[in-house]
Amino acid sequence: MASAQPIPYQRVYVWEFPVRLYHWVNAVCVVALGVTGYLIGNPLAISYSSEAYQQYWFGWVRFIHFVTAFVFFFNFLVRIYWGFVGNDFARWTNFIPFKRAQYREMVEVLKVDVLQTKIRGLISLGHNALAGLIYFLSFLVFLFQAITGFALYSSMSDSFFPRLFAWIVPLMGGDNPVRQWHHVFMWFFVVFVIVHVYLVFYHDYVEGRGTTSSMVGGYKFEREDEYKS
Amino acid sequence: MADSGPPIWQVMQSKGYSRREFMHFCSFAAAAAGIHASGLLSVVHAFEKKPRPPVIWLHFQECTCCSESFIRSSHPIVADVLLDTLSLDYTETLQAAAGHQAEKCLQDTIKNYPGQYILLVEGSVPTKDGGVYCMIGGRTAEDILQEAAKSAASVIAWGSCASNGCIQSASPNPTSATPIHKLLSRTVINVPGCPPIADVMTGVVTHLLVFGRAPELDSQGRPREFYSRRVHDTCYRRPYYDAGLFVESWDDESARKGYCLYKMGCRGPVTYNACGVTKWNNGVSYPIQSGHGCIGCSENGFWDNGPFYQHLASFPGFGIESTADTIGTALGLTALGGVALHAITTNIRKRKVIQELKDDSLSPEKTAEGGDN
Ligand code: HEM
Ligand code: SF4
Repeated sequence: MASAQPIPYQRVYVWEFPVRLYHWVNAVCVVALGVTGYLIGNPLAISYSSEAYQQYWFGWVRFIHFVTAFVFFFNFLVRIYWGFVGNDFARWTNFIPFKRAQYREMVEVLKVDVLQTKIRGLISLGHNALAGLIYFLSFLVFLFQAITGFALYSSMSDSFFPRLFAWIVPLMGGDNPVRQWHHVFMWFFVVFVIVHVYLVFYHDYVEGRGTTSSMVGGYKFEREDEYKS
Repeated sequence: MADSGPPIWQVMQSKGYSRREFMHFCSFAAAAAGIHASGLLSVVHAFEKKPRPPVIWLHFQECTCCSESFIRSSHPIVADVLLDTLSLDYTETLQAAAGHQAEKCLQDTIKNYPGQYILLVEGSVPTKDGGVYCMIGGRTAEDILQEAAKSAASVIAWGSCASNGCIQSASPNPTSATPIHKLLSRTVINVPGCPPIADVMTGVVTHLLVFGRAPELDSQGRPREFYSRRVHDTCYRRPYYDAGLFVESWDDESARKGYCLYKMGCRGPVTYNACGVTKWNNGVSYPIQSGHGCIGCSENGFWDNGPFYQHLASFPGFGIESTADTIGTALGLTALGGVALHAITTNIRKRKVIQELKDDSLSPEKTAEGGDN
């Protein structure tokens, strides 16, 4: 039955506006890039009754991929900048485990959330140490996708920015390996999205701190007796 | 130091060619080398005055398809004159001399024309086990290459073997077949392709003859005029690609209509070569025009990027048929299954925690009673 005393909660502003904006722009870009990228690798067999001059759908798919790619990349740079000027929850130090405490928390998260060998445990309000590290690794994958993507794009464009990446092609042994790896890492995003969305729901469910909505409004909620700022 | 021979114009005259034919030759050669019409005069001057350079053409681990391609250069005068008048002092396949006599030709050219002869190399050089897998006249390929390259005016790597190792260097590369630019510390003009296009080969040689130096090269040592665009960029099937009209199998209606071969594994989008423009056999056709996708023969390691008939290479270690998509789908499904299982265990193991959350919350009755919220 419900306890007699209501439990006081503290409202904490965790995700500032630039972080939330980054998050959703990134989410839209990753989905769009994943879908269009998959289509570029496996084009559908459609509209074979019309002539080539009557349609341009594959061209449009590629166009969307390239435009989204630019948004994706510069959005990512904005987030990195915010890692240096944003609040404590957004700081870059959350993503790289420098401190003993972060390692301790990783073990804790593994026990409490992943393996569930331990039922109770308190984990940080922002990114927990394990999530932070995984986001850091996924930033590296973002970078890898952008580098290989712009390297592929450099052969289709004379403009300044993509040409900066042209040297990647000989380094990776030609356009074919670059394309191959660019394609392989699309699957990282698929797996990431599945696990990421699930874990958000999971944390919301077992912690009741408003994890899901926090990326919309920016607030999370913490029991006053447990809140350590 | 001996004279390296009369100029090409003189040689042509002695063979009975007219001035008109000479001019003809010059303009074809200029076009092949990508020289602008206004530069024609410099070509004429070069062929009138410059002594023809001696040429050494070495053959190592190769199949001679480069030589075969070269002698099919599209304009007969170009091929004829280049072959006749370039003094091919040493080439295993075409020279009359044999045995010690042939080796002496090689030595004489190296000794008598230091800094003047052009070195053409066809084939890769095996470096494993002291280089025993390719030996000529008792010497290893690498030994011969190093000696010949030391005092050459320029070095050209003919074909994919010499420029990137081609099939000999395909995994597991049993003889450690090595492209020559990795063995030499000087500029090597890479002319990849299996074989390279005849007119590209004559174009590069013409450039050397006219200007006495290498054409502009890209970061991989390939002449920019021929290797700066992808086959895909100049392919006449490109409109079908942009429209999303693809051949789905070799015998379908789309194949008959000549749609894009992308889904049949065409490597045009990842291959730098001039096939779509220069074409082959006097401009008759090129693989895609004949209905077969590009296999990327001028690209690094193209043998290991197979199978040729599928878009993605097969994933190493998972059998011929499985591509990144097979593995990826399996991973995706595993992730889905994993989180579903985790959701179930959560509801069992965390039963208490979840119940507590509910208990600690304000229920509708409590709000009504307390009225503080
Ligand atoms: C979330 C990130 C991304 C994902 C999941 C993704 C996915 C893909 C996939 C699956 C392909 C098909 C590869 C194939 O031909 O088999 C592709 C192609 C390509 N992507 Fe991306 N990509 C991403 C980001 C980028 C970025 C940042 C760029 C930068 C310009 C880029 C540029 C390209 C290019 C140029 C191609 C080749 C298109 C063609 O062949 O015409 N991608 N991408
Ligand atoms: S056939 Fe090959 S090179 Fe030609 S447009 Fe299609 S993919 Fe590109």
